[in-house]
Amino acid sequence: MEFFNNHTKLFTTAFLLFVGLTLFVCIIPALDNQTNNEPLPFAQALSEEAIKGKAVFIANGCVACHTQQVRNVDMDKVWGERPSIAADYADNYRTDFWRNTATLMGTERTGPDLTNIGSRQPSREWQLSHLFNPRIVVKESIMPAYTWMFEVKDKLAEGDVSVSVPEEFMNGQKGKVVAKEEAMQLVAYLQALKQTKLPGDAPKPAFLYKKTGEPNAGSKPGATKELNGAMLYTNNCQSCHQQNGEGLKGAFPPLKGSKIVLDENPELFVDIIMNGYSGREKEGFGVMPAVGTNNRLKAEEVTAIMNHERTSWGNNGKKVTLQQVQKLMEKVKATGK
Amino acid sequence: MNTFKKLIVLLSLICISIPVFADEAQGTVVHNSNARELMWFFAIVLLFLLFAALYVYEKVKQIKKISDRNSGGSKPLKEYLVDMDSRQIDSYLKFRRDKDKQNDDHGISILIWFSVISVLTFNSLPAHAQGQAPSSFWTEGGVIITVLLIAIPILAGAFLMTIKVSKLFQVYQNKKNLEEAEKLAAYLQQPGNDDIEQVLIKRKLALDFTLNHQELSGTLQPEDTKGLLQQVNTDAVLPVVAVKKRAVKRPQIDPALSKLILWFTGTACFWLIFGTTVGEYLGIKFISPDADQLSWLSFGRLRPVHTNAVFWGWASLGMLGLGYYVVPRVSNVALKSIKLGWYTLYLINISVFLGTICLMSGLNNGGGEYREYIWPVMLFFGVGLLLTLINFLQTIARRKTKEIYISNWYIVAAIIFAIVIAIVAYVPFWQDGLGETIIQGYYMHQGVGMWFMLFTLGIVYYFLPQQLNKPIYSYSLGILAFWAQILFYTVIGTHHFVFSSIPWWLQTTAIVGSVGMVIPVAAGTTNFLLTFKGAWYKIPSSYTLPFFLIGIIFYFTGSLQGTAEAFRSTNLIWHFTDFTVAHSHITMYGIICFLLWAGIYALVPRLTGKEAPQITVGAHFWLALIGLLFYTIPLMYGSTLKGMMWMQGKPFIDSVVFMTPYWLWRAIGGSLMWLSHLFFAYNLYKMLTGSTTLDVREAAIEKLNQSYTATERNL
Repeated sequence: MEFFNNHTKLFTTAFLLFVGLTLFVCIIPALDNQTNNEPLPFAQALSEEAIKGKAVFIANGCVACHTQQVRNVDMDKVWGERPSIAADYADNYRTDFWRNTATLMGTERTGPDLTNIGSRQPSREWQLSHLFNPRIVVKESIMPAYTWMFEVKDKLAEGDVSVSVPEEFMNGQKGKVVAKEEAMQLVAYLQALKQTKLPGDAPKPAFLYKKTGEPNAGSKPGATKELNGAMLYTNNCQSCHQQNGEGLKGAFPPLKGSKIVLDENPELFVDIIMNGYSGREKEGFGVMPAVGTNNRLKAEEVTAIMNHERTSWGNNGKKVTLQQVQKLMEKVKATGK
Repeated sequence: MNTFKKLIVLLSLICISIPVFADEAQGTVVHNSNARELMWFFAIVLLFLLFAALYVYEKVKQIKKISDRNSGGSKPLKEYLVDMDSRQIDSYLKFRRDKDKQNDDHGISILIWFSVISVLTFNSLPAHAQGQAPSSFWTEGGVIITVLLIAIPILAGAFLMTIKVSKLFQVYQNKKNLEEAEKLAAYLQQPGNDDIEQVLIKRKLALDFTLNHQELSGTLQPEDTKGLLQQVNTDAVLPVVAVKKRAVKRPQIDPALSKLILWFTGTACFWLIFGTTVGEYLGIKFISPDADQLSWLSFGRLRPVHTNAVFWGWASLGMLGLGYYVVPRVSNVALKSIKLGWYTLYLINISVFLGTICLMSGLNNGGGEYREYIWPVMLFFGVGLLLTLINFLQTIARRKTKEIYISNWYIVAAIIFAIVIAIVAYVPFWQDGLGETIIQGYYMHQGVGMWFMLFTLGIVYYFLPQQLNKPIYSYSLGILAFWAQILFYTVIGTHHFVFSSIPWWLQTTAIVGSVGMVIPVAAGTTNFLLTFKGAWYKIPSSYTLPFFLIGIIFYFTGSLQGTAEAFRSTNLIWHFTDFTVAHSHITMYGIICFLLWAGIYALVPRLTGKEAPQITVGAHFWLALIGLLFYTIPLMYGSTLKGMMWMQGKPFIDSVVFMTPYWLWRAIGGSLMWLSHLFFAYNLYKMLTGSTTLDVREAAIEKLNQSYTATERNL
């Protein structure tokens, strides 16, 4: 055919076809997306410190393993209250003239999603220990250790934030581990990563592909199965209090043999889970975040966790009942606010 | 001995069936709803097995027959005499005469050594599936496609095993026949067989009647006046491995162009070694996260170093090197400007070098995969491509052929598209905000499909017919694949962001486009495989064709796996897991790398006149292939179960612990792949500078020339 033997016509046609399709599937949707989305009304802009922290996050390629998107599928429920929507990313702009926008949605989830990490794990102590070497707090973790964001000093200067590091992670060095600027900035960024609440009138996007056979989805009301407390403990508590319930010396108190855990009256126990706790700061333990509220734990889940903690690692407390916990949750809700 | 042989046959029969049955058992355990599609699949597998079993049964029956014949009621030895041919009769008669003369009753004794072939079969049974699968999982279209794609090599293995059994049978049969022959010889040696002798003499005369073979040809001696016979080997030795055909000498090409191409190939090889060394180290970090604690070597910084070095360094430079040979060759003119080619080479190398330094020092573009180099660095790459485009277009404009050969369609289009993609993705003036992710999906997938795949297909359209010494099967199929690839591939980028906050309609378009990709992939694969038709016999005697064949097989399975992954239902399980990593290695490694190696092993000997040792080419091939399978199959299996664990709401850290053995397999496979690259580098070195044995003829001519010039000077 004549057309195929004319290089100008042939390559121009291929070029135009490609550019046309590019316009249709890429350029127009992209422009549309970036002009027609506004940050949500309650969205909080990043602090100056957090912006620097985001730069540290980008420079170290954290996005290679950590996504920042809650997909609208049921399995992503653990990472956020609702699916991420375009408006959640609307506050991202070009880093500078040289570098592109970093929405940091990610394409691999080798590590946990970080969309809501600021709510799920707000503890600075935990984040710093974890950054120094993730295996301090999560034995099985395969995340790199960011030791270069810390320095070892003999004496703390004013304003230094020291990090509790067990001796086996010190690589033979002696002294106090102090977080450098980058580490503090990075933690500030992680603490700022929280899902914004949708405005009250906005329709909440649904999670699709619901798990079938979930006990609370339409099954008989009286026949609720007891939830897997060990699994809930792993998801919500283990990163601080550890699998053996012994916590971490100088950072997170043990639950094994804990007076509060084993108390006949579980009110304080429920209160701490739902509202957090700072009662043992003087002993050097970190502040506990309001895990129950942050992770939107239901009464059934709180009950299962409590019973797991009361009966594991040699603890032999009496099991609490769902009704008991429901009542106490109502009660502590008022004190929490 | 008999029972031993039987045992071997039986054992290998079992070995054939285990992988397939294991596969089946696994399927039936997990799926518990009626799945008609699955039944079809198993029906086909069973049919195949049935054939294999019938075949083996037939063989076993024959063996039984032979051993029966041996042990008891054998057929009368006399019967053999009727079937004897002239030569046999002749030697028998001669033997009789000699025997009469010397009255020597020593028979001819023959010693035969047997080597027992033991068939090694590996079938590492997959670990038990953890937890319960949702019943619908195994009936998903995408999953079934993937299972099928995995089953193809397994069935091929079963097929090969059947052939092995058949060979084993042959060996056994020969042995039995030999025993029989000895008995026959003994029978013939008995005295008093004169009447037999008479009959035989008569028979021999009848059999010996021949034409004199010169009725048509006359009496002239044959002569190769056209120089058609090449590489006649008169003293072959017993080789350790099969000897493959050597590269055929081609018309000289411009040494300046040759040098340029070799530099492209050489620097490509450097980036391959560098990039995969980094990749190998990253694989190790999954097993040993505290291997180092240096910022420049931390995982997040090194990962893009690996991907970008092998993409823009190795694969791109390798492709361009081959392109610089193909484009002028099929246009039948010299390249427009060799100088521009050198500029491209410098620019791309500078780009990858600077990019690597930037990434390791923590300066990157914000995290989009393969877009981690900042735009000033990528500018070098883009300008390099632009120069090559101008160069190629001007070469094609001056072509001496009427048609533009299909290779040049693919190659030039790939460069045009790559430039468009780079401009869309990198120009800093228009993207500011949320559009980034849509462009990212477009960019990363067009980079793979429109740059690497399209260019490599162009290379295959030239080198495959050349290596097979026959034309491409269908020009039209090539054209169909070309347009279909542009139409469908361009729209599928967003399938990397299914279920994300990108517009739903765009995700659906991408999924539909992914299904459409079946057309160009099927057209391309069919075209290549049918080009092999009638020339399959050439594969065992060539060291480039196996690379082509593997590349083409992965082109089919790898690309269709991409389609299977794009469905929403399969995306649910596989997205965010290491399945994607396995897929990208099947495609970028299985397709692109294998086809590039095929092209390089075909081309470089033509440029330098030197070849790599065939044994190390073989080592390269097998290590790369086995390494790739070790890398990808466990990773796909493990990450499927990982995705299911996520769906069941298991704690995240459990899924990390669960993956450890699969990551270990990945590191092992990766090590083999890496090792194969060292062999490749060695082979390339050998092809460039290798000391070949002195060619006697060449040296003699040289000597003559020298003495001639010496005489000239004296005169």
